[in-house]
Amino acid sequence: MRRQLAIMRKSLFDQGHLDEQFIELEELQDDANPNFVEEVVALYFRDSARLILNMEQALEGKPFDFNKLDGYMHQFKGSSTSIGAKKVKAESTLFREYCRSGNAEGCVRAFQQLKKEYGTLRKKLEAYFQLARQTGPMETASRPK
Amino acid sequence: MEMAVDKTQFHVLAVDDSLIDRKLIERLLKTSSFQVTAVDSGIKALEFLGLNDDDDDEDEQRDSNSESISSDEDQDHQDLGVNLIITDYCMPGMTGYDLLKKIKKSSCFKDIPVVIMSSENIPSRINRCLEDGAEEFFLKPVRLSDVNKLRPHLMKGRSKDIDFPDRTRSGCLISTGN
Repeated sequence: MRRQLAIMRKSLFDQGHLDEQFIELEELQDDANPNFVEEVVALYFRDSARLILNMEQALEGKPFDFNKLDGYMHQFKGSSTSIGAKKVKAESTLFREYCRSGNAEGCVRAFQQLKKEYGTLRKKLEAYFQLARQTGPMETASRPK
Repeated sequence: MEMAVDKTQFHVLAVDDSLIDRKLIERLLKTSSFQVTAVDSGIKALEFLGLNDDDDDEDEQRDSNSESISSDEDQDHQDLGVNLIITDYCMPGMTGYDLLKKIKKSSCFKDIPVVIMSSENIPSRINRCLEDGAEEFFLKPVRLSDVNKLRPHLMKGRSKDIDFPDRTRSGCLISTGN
């Protein structure tokens, strides 16, 4: 199972879902805080759900309040960056560019894409942590201590 | 003397409106053996310090449901022993920059080192913060290597405590005009 976990973890990086910030989080995990990464990620999902809902509502109004949308996305991009969510971060950046240029269609498209990436990340991370819990204390195999 | 510099833990006040970033900065600071208090706004930071927002600015008469903090009570803050403040720049209401200005305007707190964090790399913003008294400016996501840069600022503050005997009994530094 450990091998499966390691493979899962590697593919998250190889497929570009996660970047080295995730590793920074892993390095902060220790015996006293064995679930730190999972806790942060859980917080991220909770917070993101709220932001996505806010953005969805904002995208229903016409015309778009680009400032408001940009504000939400700034927060979402920030937390995505903090956990190392590489693809989601990239989509957030794109969205913000459309916001800043007042491109409504672009915003809608970018938001759909962002939700897709976010959904994928969420599924994969949930599966990863579920397996990690079954496997026991997490080994970050890549870095020798 | 009373102050065992090595053994005393430094206390950092962290300010960030993002829940995730607060958790992260808290972990980073604790990993580096700092004692941490994390709040989600500049207002809460000032409340924690015991600095009434009105202190320097008598224009507003706020009805004190913030339990009346007279200037005498300001001295109590020293028991909280905040040695450094690290704050996000972009926050609703009071920005990290606003907070920096308030701290630096305060006779009791102006010598507490303030560090600003931001997700946005805007040179004019960075320069302004540094010019107006911030010790460091960290780009987010903040890493352990950034937090390691904090200790020298804290040690400097600590040795300043020892070298400058011009303190009131409460510990509030008298402005020596430096």
